[in-house]
Amino acid sequence: MAGGQKKFVVGCFDDEAVLFPAVKKVRKAGYKIHDVYTPFPVHGLDHAMGLRETSIHTAGFIYAITGTTTAVAFISWIFTKDWPLNIGGKPHFALPAWIPITFELTVLFAAVGMVLTFCYLCNLAPFVKKHVFHPRATDDLFVMAIECTDKTNEAEVQSFLSNAGAIEINIQVAETGWWIGRYDREQKLYKEEVGY
Amino acid sequence: MASTFELPGSYKKWTLGLIIAGALAIVWGLIMYHPFSPVTHGAGHDAHASVNATRFWAVLLQNSVFWLLVVNASMFFLCITTMAMGGWQVALRRVPEAISSVVPILGVIAFVVLLAIIMGHRTDIYHWLDKDAVAADKILNGKKSFLNPAFFLIVSGVSIFLWWFLGRKMRSMSLESDKTGPMDYETAKAWIWKNTVWASLFSVTFGLTVASTIPWLWLMSIDAHWYSTMYSWYTFASTFVSGMSLIAIFVIWLKNRGQLEYVTEEHLHDIGKFMFAFSIFWTYLWFSQYMLIWYSNQPEETKYFVERIGTAEKSGPYYGIFFLNLVLNFLCPLLILMKRGVKRNWTMVTLMGILIIFGHWIDLYQMIMPGTLHEHAQMNLFEFGVPCIFIGIIMWGVGRYLTANSLVPKNHPFLKESMIHHT
Repeated sequence: MAGGQKKFVVGCFDDEAVLFPAVKKVRKAGYKIHDVYTPFPVHGLDHAMGLRETSIHTAGFIYAITGTTTAVAFISWIFTKDWPLNIGGKPHFALPAWIPITFELTVLFAAVGMVLTFCYLCNLAPFVKKHVFHPRATDDLFVMAIECTDKTNEAEVQSFLSNAGAIEINIQVAETGWWIGRYDREQKLYKEEVGY
Repeated sequence: MASTFELPGSYKKWTLGLIIAGALAIVWGLIMYHPFSPVTHGAGHDAHASVNATRFWAVLLQNSVFWLLVVNASMFFLCITTMAMGGWQVALRRVPEAISSVVPILGVIAFVVLLAIIMGHRTDIYHWLDKDAVAADKILNGKKSFLNPAFFLIVSGVSIFLWWFLGRKMRSMSLESDKTGPMDYETAKAWIWKNTVWASLFSVTFGLTVASTIPWLWLMSIDAHWYSTMYSWYTFASTFVSGMSLIAIFVIWLKNRGQLEYVTEEHLHDIGKFMFAFSIFWTYLWFSQYMLIWYSNQPEETKYFVERIGTAEKSGPYYGIFFLNLVLNFLCPLLILMKRGVKRNWTMVTLMGILIIFGHWIDLYQMIMPGTLHEHAQMNLFEFGVPCIFIGIIMWGVGRYLTANSLVPKNHPFLKESMIHHT
């Protein structure tokens, strides 16, 4: 539940083509972008925001190797030490027959491991809630949240965003971490929002 | 439209040098190995002469089949990307076109080699050419309807003709678009449709030949008693991944000469993905073939592997090459090409391309030699000399096509898609 309350200037964009230059301008002006929330994965936005390359594939490789090792070690222990069986006169250490299982475990470890790592990094779990800056971020708006410090002049940021093409701008004080909660109870549902 | 690209002198020198080196190797073989002496079965001096003659034909068969299928794979690459409405490859598509323009030359060479083997009655290469042996052999008798000289030569000839004919159609449509000028929407739509139709005709032909019947006839019939349902796919995967590597090498070479301005790391990345994916695909087929035979353990099937790796008691003459094959074509591509950065690195992709082509050339070597030369196979100057002429011919043909035509299909409707492509 780390994080604490922080103040954000939130700008909403309705066009990718406006969003990209806006992100560039905001970064150039020295403001800190907390995050940009988009209704769908936007190609190249991570580069524009200057996010570092994800390490999840390295993690995936490590999980995969773990899976391979687990499979080979476990099967060879069973078939050569714990419970040797004569299957069709094959040697006890019958590597070709184990390849499919080894392959499956490699894939399983990599896949499950990467999904869990992803969920952990993004704080995704049942009953884990995070602040939603704008409900339409899941529908048709690109929502940019700019983090404010003591020195930030909010009015200046707001006018800056509006010049950059934001169609809706507001200031929110929000929890940056996660807490135990439920979106369906705590969040106003999209259809209940006045004006949409 | 004529290209402004001119071949550098070093390229021409290498082309000529390789062709001369290969021609020397073949002339040496013709003089020293008596390839037209009749096949003898027996011991002593005759047997030694016979081994050399077999070696001559086996090496020629290996190289003519391998290089023909590798260059033909380029056209298959063009056709599948056309059928999939692919746009990314357009900026570099003149390269596979150029490579596939060598198909008729290598096709004629391969056909002449096969003709010589059949007409020369080389029972040491194709055991089923021996009529008496076939009559006395229940299995070979059963395969007589397709393992006979007439069927073999007709199917080979028709296949090579179709690869040439349909491939030429694909190339000529691409070259025509250079002359006709920019297309409007309707013309472009019709043109893409026409391309799709011819591409699908080529792909069906390719599926019925390279991916099924041709490897049965040209390669699997060396071990005429044995069969594997994986064999054709295996050969296809082997030559397709080498074909992609060859495309990569020529693209990088042109890029180094300052050509192909629209080709970027993104395109290289996609070619690298093909090389990586089809190396894994090849391994999948290798393993499927190996494990099923190992598992069911029937003498008539395991014979193929016993000839190569031997038995638990005594390892066979191809033990080293058999596992080298796996290291070169599976472990190296898997571990080296896995990283994104490597697939986007021009030097690394070049090195991996050379490694993969060499690896699959070795692969074909170990598919052909055990059934023909048994324990007498060599890996010597002759084995390394003969491929030189094939590489030289490919370089000559590709150079000719690239200098005669524009390197960018400037009126292709998908060119812009290729220019802005990023993965």
